[in-house]
Amino acid sequence: MISGGLDSMLAAKTIMDQGIHVEGINFFTGFCVEGHTHAIRAKDKEKPKRNNSLWVAEQLGIKLHIVDVIEEYKDVLINPKHGYGANMNPCLDCKIFMVNKAKQWVKENGFDFIITGEVIGQRPMSQRKATMPIISQESGADDLLLRPLCAKSLPPTLPEREGWVDREKLHDFSGRSRKPQMAMAEQLGFTEYAQPAGGCCFLTDASYSAKLVDLWKARDGNKQYDLDDVMLLKVGRHIRPGRNFKVIVAREEGEGRFMQGYKKEFITLYSSSHTGPLVLVDGSPSAEDLFIAARITARYGQGRTAEQVDVTIADKDGSERVIQVKPFGADEIPQEWYI
Amino acid sequence: MSRETLNARRLLCPLPVIRTQDKVKQLKAGDQLEVICTDPGVMQDIPAWCRINGHKVLETSSGDNEYIIILEVGES
Repeated sequence: MISGGLDSMLAAKTIMDQGIHVEGINFFTGFCVEGHTHAIRAKDKEKPKRNNSLWVAEQLGIKLHIVDVIEEYKDVLINPKHGYGANMNPCLDCKIFMVNKAKQWVKENGFDFIITGEVIGQRPMSQRKATMPIISQESGADDLLLRPLCAKSLPPTLPEREGWVDREKLHDFSGRSRKPQMAMAEQLGFTEYAQPAGGCCFLTDASYSAKLVDLWKARDGNKQYDLDDVMLLKVGRHIRPGRNFKVIVAREEGEGRFMQGYKKEFITLYSSSHTGPLVLVDGSPSAEDLFIAARITARYGQGRTAEQVDVTIADKDGSERVIQVKPFGADEIPQEWYI
Repeated sequence: MSRETLNARRLLCPLPVIRTQDKVKQLKAGDQLEVICTDPGVMQDIPAWCRINGHKVLETSSGDNEYIIILEVGES
């Protein structure tokens, strides 16, 4: 299983160095951090837009299979048996789910066992000594799951017992320190690698999690979501003046361009008398609500200090009307509206 | 040899790669696939995916906020 980080890269390399054919598998839940934000935000234009799992596979010289698990992942996020971490991250359930999917893939594609880059004690929720057997058992992978970086501290798995893999050439890394991995990377000549530090998933982010919880609350506790919901929580400034609607204000040009793609699904607003951001309205706003949305739109544009700003309201069918509003003052938007 | 087009507009990486991967599974070696995207990240990711999976990028182009990659399916 290739996440794109250093550990899974080293785990795969450890097994490849024993002359074993390895192919990578990577799961896309919809909450993966990298590609999306880089693609959306103009300010990130200078950052490399590479997908780290593809990059790792290329460094290792192995094939990579990326699997879309967006639909199936919903149940993991909505009903995590082992609960959430510090935010809305169901890390243990997520790992069990992914190992289970890998097990199915291995069976369907004629492979013999699964390798992960897990290290005992590396992560507080999913990578502890106590959780290692839980992942093996509940995923159904059992002793087909080999963790090359900490295998020597765990009972021998089938590949080790059968002699497919030489246990003596595996490792006994443990704890949060990444020094052993970094030393190993240096020894292998890997000078460049991603260091996600727990941040490869948006669900570990407090701000993102707050927006997700708000979305569910606004839908009367209905936790179903689609990919567009997930994407829109990643962009813009989210402001909820009322339970029935919220506004999403583009923070910069790249976000505005991305949000343009949603003009047929949402009412949109923009200042037509001054330069300003594109704003999406999510929910079922009344005429009074749209007036508030227009004042917010004006607040974040160049006309923020003007007495009056023209704001165009575009319906989903493309029809437009213009209203005149006084922008909200600097302190007039209540803090509790900000999600 | 056939040539097909995949519309991956509005999808952000890695979804264009996943859709390309799934489409290529339905094609034969030597077939060509034109992938049309709006995420600039594809200019890096789809060629990388092609390199590691044995497919060949024949042409890349961009303009009007669209990114087009034409690839030839390799032997699996």
